[in-house]
Amino acid sequence: MWLFIVSDAITFSAVIFAYGYLRLAATAWPRPFETPSIGNATVMTFVLLSSSVAMVLAVRASSLGKVSGAVGWLVATALGGVIFDVLHIHEWLGLIGEGVRPFHNPWGTPMFGAAFFTMTGLHMLHVTIGVVYLLIIALGFGRRKFSAVDVEVSGLYWHFVDLVWMFIFPLVYLLSAKTA
Amino acid sequence: MEHAETAGNKIVFSVWFGLLGLTVLEVILAYRQLPLETMLSILMVLSVIKAALIIAYFMHLRYEQASLFVTLIPALVFILIMMTVIFADSSRLAHMRSLVQ
Repeated sequence: MWLFIVSDAITFSAVIFAYGYLRLAATAWPRPFETPSIGNATVMTFVLLSSSVAMVLAVRASSLGKVSGAVGWLVATALGGVIFDVLHIHEWLGLIGEGVRPFHNPWGTPMFGAAFFTMTGLHMLHVTIGVVYLLIIALGFGRRKFSAVDVEVSGLYWHFVDLVWMFIFPLVYLLSAKTA
Repeated sequence: MEHAETAGNKIVFSVWFGLLGLTVLEVILAYRQLPLETMLSILMVLSVIKAALIIAYFMHLRYEQASLFVTLIPALVFILIMMTVIFADSSRLAHMRSLVQ
């Protein structure tokens, strides 16, 4: 899992560097995120960080052999992921409603949409896969098919997804906050 | 995946509050009228701190053998530094665009 995480980190880095390239080369990069958007993204960050703590507790419960505790915390972690996804899709629909498309938007550099949807979309895909992964692990650990190590490895993946958001949130949202 | 110890409750919750606090700090900073480069630098330093906290305590790399850290992190950092070569071309493009306008 560590090797997968490092390679996935490079994938995300490439996407983030591509965004940096586009933004640095652009003359009028949009800063469309108003205070409600920033608030929404901040809440999403809190939810993801808190779900990571639930994951830590799930890993600990599983290593102590507490099956129901581990399953409970795993489901709580997955629930955090679902809340994150729902808030994020709501955000996406808002932007699409304002007329943002991958190669067109009402404010400035056309590539804004492509960069935004690629970065946040790739991350949202990871969260969604993570939710499915955690629920499978919860089910399997509850039936004693999976071991505590399996729970721990799924935790590594989940914390990594959390970690990536710690870069996407400031780069995409905070640096494009509408401040004036 | 064997390890002798992991972070206790006190550490886990301190790290959690630390991460939430750093996030609040970042949001407050976003509303300061700072030059983009300054803001980017501050936000990236804070984000690297947050990432390090997550890796060290939540992913418990701190409690693993040192060889795992040596295998993973320096190579990743090196690749990230190598990727920054593209920004020279990016600023060239920005310069050319400003000449056209």
